[in-house]
Amino acid sequence: MVTLTHYLTLSAILFSLSVAGIFLNRKNVILLLMCIELMLLAVNFNFIAFSRYLGDSAGQIFVFFILTVAAAEAAIGLAILVVLFRSRQTINVEDLNEMKG
Amino acid sequence: MLGLIFFSTFAFVLIAAAIGVITSRNPVFSALFLVLAFVTSAVLWMLLEAEFLAVVLVLVYVGAVMVLFLFVVMMLDVNVEQLREGFTKYAPVGALVTVLMAGELITVFWVQNSGLPVLASPPPHPAGYSNTKELGSVLYTEYVYAFELAAFILLLAIIAAIVLTMRRRPGLKVQNITEQVATRKEDRVRLVSMDPERD
Repeated sequence: MVTLTHYLTLSAILFSLSVAGIFLNRKNVILLLMCIELMLLAVNFNFIAFSRYLGDSAGQIFVFFILTVAAAEAAIGLAILVVLFRSRQTINVEDLNEMKG
Repeated sequence: MLGLIFFSTFAFVLIAAAIGVITSRNPVFSALFLVLAFVTSAVLWMLLEAEFLAVVLVLVYVGAVMVLFLFVVMMLDVNVEQLREGFTKYAPVGALVTVLMAGELITVFWVQNSGLPVLASPPPHPAGYSNTKELGSVLYTEYVYAFELAAFILLLAIIAAIVLTMRRRPGLKVQNITEQVATRKEDRVRLVSMDPERD
């Protein structure tokens, strides 16, 4: 029988893996954005699992709004990335040091 | 029992896809593994009887956001080898943090759940139940302000993306429509009266 704990465990593993992805790919902005998407997916898993097991549809409404905001975030993030690449010819995080004091 | 088999299979695929996302050498493969992760999650959400959100995840994420990601990954000419410098150097730290974090969370869920009752799977919804209808009935009443705010955020994202990426390149030959429309006959055609010529 699949309990709530199974889903929470799966979501915890997914979230930890995406944190590891941020550690491993800390130079590549595209992969950092992808890892953030994966993190949001793990969070959404929690919301949906709780919504199902507690019988409250508010969790699914939350996921709906998280999906909207995440889509907007991805669009703006990728637009910034394109502008960045156009002006600097690189997406390496280490080369983006213009604002370093 | 069947539910547990389905859950285990898709959970395994999901974790494998997540590992693929973070360890792939090529960003295109990472994006494709992320697509696999989203599709597998949609299946798991189906098992949780959140049908509407499962379909939305496939339509919006796989259909729009991931295509945008792939488009950008393929459009930018990046030096992958240079970006992967330090991958092995930071792998032990990353692995340590991951194992610690996942271990702590799993301990809390399985061992130290403070005597909370383990929530068993609720009975499935009856035939004819519509998840979309249920969501819609609260989305347009109780959460209508949040809904309009979400619409505004999407509008903001459209405008921001267009404003950020639009540029005027110097020396580019473009049509000037105002000038074209405002042109009069006298500017273009000159009538010259002259004597007829004969060979």
